[in-house]
Amino acid sequence: MFYREAGDFKTSYTEDNQTFPIKFDRYRYYAVLLVAFAVVPFIINDYWVNAVFLPFLIYAIAAIGLNILVGYCGQVSLGTGGFMAVGAYACYKLMTGFPEINIFFHIILSGGITAAVCVAFGLPSLRIKGFYLAVATLAAQFFLVWLFNKVSWFYNYSASGQINAPERTVFGVPVTGAEAAPWAAYLFCLVFTFISAIIARNTTRGMAGRKWMAIRDMDIAAEIIGVNPLKAKLSAFAVSGFFVGIAGALFFSVYLGAVEVGEVFGITKSFLVLFMIIIGGLGSIFGSFAGAAFLVLLPVLLKNLLVGTLGWPTDLAAHLEFMIVGALIVVFLVAEPHGLAQLWRVAKEKLRLWPFPH
Amino acid sequence: MPEQLVFAMEVFLNGLMAGVLYALVALGFVLIYKASGIFNYAQGVMALFSALTLVGIMEGQVPFAHLINAIFGTEIHHFGWHVPALLAILFTMAVMVGLAWVVNKLIFRHLVNQEPIILFMATIGLAYFLEGFGDIMWGADIKKLDVGLPQGINTWIDESTFNIFDYGFFIDNLDIVATVVAALLVTALVIFAQYTKQGRAMRAVADDHQAALSVGISLNFIWVMVWSVAGFVALVAGIMWGTKSGVQFSLSLIALKALPVLMLGGFTSIPGAIVGGLIIGVGEKLFEFAIGPLVGGATENWFAYVLALIFLVFRPQGLFGEKIIERV
Repeated sequence: MFYREAGDFKTSYTEDNQTFPIKFDRYRYYAVLLVAFAVVPFIINDYWVNAVFLPFLIYAIAAIGLNILVGYCGQVSLGTGGFMAVGAYACYKLMTGFPEINIFFHIILSGGITAAVCVAFGLPSLRIKGFYLAVATLAAQFFLVWLFNKVSWFYNYSASGQINAPERTVFGVPVTGAEAAPWAAYLFCLVFTFISAIIARNTTRGMAGRKWMAIRDMDIAAEIIGVNPLKAKLSAFAVSGFFVGIAGALFFSVYLGAVEVGEVFGITKSFLVLFMIIIGGLGSIFGSFAGAAFLVLLPVLLKNLLVGTLGWPTDLAAHLEFMIVGALIVVFLVAEPHGLAQLWRVAKEKLRLWPFPH
Repeated sequence: MPEQLVFAMEVFLNGLMAGVLYALVALGFVLIYKASGIFNYAQGVMALFSALTLVGIMEGQVPFAHLINAIFGTEIHHFGWHVPALLAILFTMAVMVGLAWVVNKLIFRHLVNQEPIILFMATIGLAYFLEGFGDIMWGADIKKLDVGLPQGINTWIDESTFNIFDYGFFIDNLDIVATVVAALLVTALVIFAQYTKQGRAMRAVADDHQAALSVGISLNFIWVMVWSVAGFVALVAGIMWGTKSGVQFSLSLIALKALPVLMLGGFTSIPGAIVGGLIIGVGEKLFEFAIGPLVGGATENWFAYVLALIFLVFRPQGLFGEKIIERV
């Protein structure tokens, strides 16, 4: 039989604590990885990479980052767009300032810079809670976007105010710029997404993650049992900022190539990533992936269906997309406040018992 | 009197007027938050939606014309009649009440007892839905809204200030009307909340849902009523902003302008919304006037937020908000 614990004996704590304790689940995970790393790069073309895979992988990283802050630590942030912009501009400055260093390190460093900025904006969270904090993070969103627009040092004094990603290579293969092959860009992002997911998964189930969850569930009680709220909240902001910064850097350098900050990293981006984690499931790494996939695929699907098949005007399709996204969010919240991840969990529970009802 | 100071005074006055408009939007937020604990992000979009509906009714537009044309290949746009402004406002109000009923029935009844953050997300979803819905229903082009409010420079203020300072102040008539309307609206709301039966019931619900329920107050009715009142405030805000800058998508962004006002004034206080609005309006205009040119301008986008943020660090519940007491 498939999907059973029966007969799968664990003989060490490491085995007992693994992420996928059920054998079938584990093999499914390996299969997904194998397909993602070894099959997909050979069969994808330009359209699929740019319309589906790159946005999915990059948004997944951003969603993981935001999920750590909102889903695990309970600090609602509406400043994701601004923090992604920090990652993008940090990456741009590093790429143009130190062209001899590999872009891999640039992206990790821009994550670090974003983490520092995120901690600075997270400082008020020690005093401000709930909605007040959510609105306060909007300050970061608007201020950062304004800053990148006005201070020309950030975009190297270019006349258009845009930033453009120069060509950079990894192992001699270009991953950014116009020459980058679709599979190279895909693999580059996939590596980051894969590592981010593993780090996030293991951080959130370790001591740091349990502290965050204690703060989320009740901060005063957590404080009383010895969780330092300063460290817990700020570390959540830092880790979250790190992932969001990496996502912003990849979004700029690999996916778009040229960025105008007000357009790309505006408040709508903050809401988009927030929707991803709500629809996917708060406090779940799988949920971040599911939500990102859902909200990346939905517009592509709608556009193909309405404009491509039915021949409707594009503006009508765009408005309908707004309506459907809004309605879906409401429906999800009413039907399943814990998102796709919860549906997945319920399905797995059912599968384990199948064919018996109890 | 030095010239700079006179300019600053004009900026100050204009800031006050802008602040009144911010306060108008913030009022809608406060009403719903007080009565149902829902932080209604959709307030701005409700203002947009009501303004769109008002223009649509006045111009006699066919609802969903674009959609119908796209599906059936027809060419319909207008019914060909014009509805007088007052009647159209009444119709729009009826639509907003209907909207309040639907929103309550379909969404928030099912979300009772959920965490506030879930409710907040639901209103963001509602905002997205309404935005798309309004555009599909009435078209996305920029529309002119004219319900007969006076507009343009107020010549009396211009002349009298010119006599005093040798420099005429530019104050828009519309802003003065908005101030008067806002004052009337707040007075009406306060009287409604303090002296009518429904108003008292509303305050009771705001205080304690269960206790209100146990003395026989219908929660559903109160919530529909509160959403209708918020819809009415949105309509007033929509008329003011729509007359000022045309009915268009950016109207929904005034919600973002109202948020720092709320933070500053406290989410639960009607006077807070007014005072917060005035402080933000004056603050951002004066800051743009004094510091803006030094740092490249357009500081209005973030100044309100940063001001509110700094303020909150010292007083986490806002100016007039209820003191936050935490118990374990």
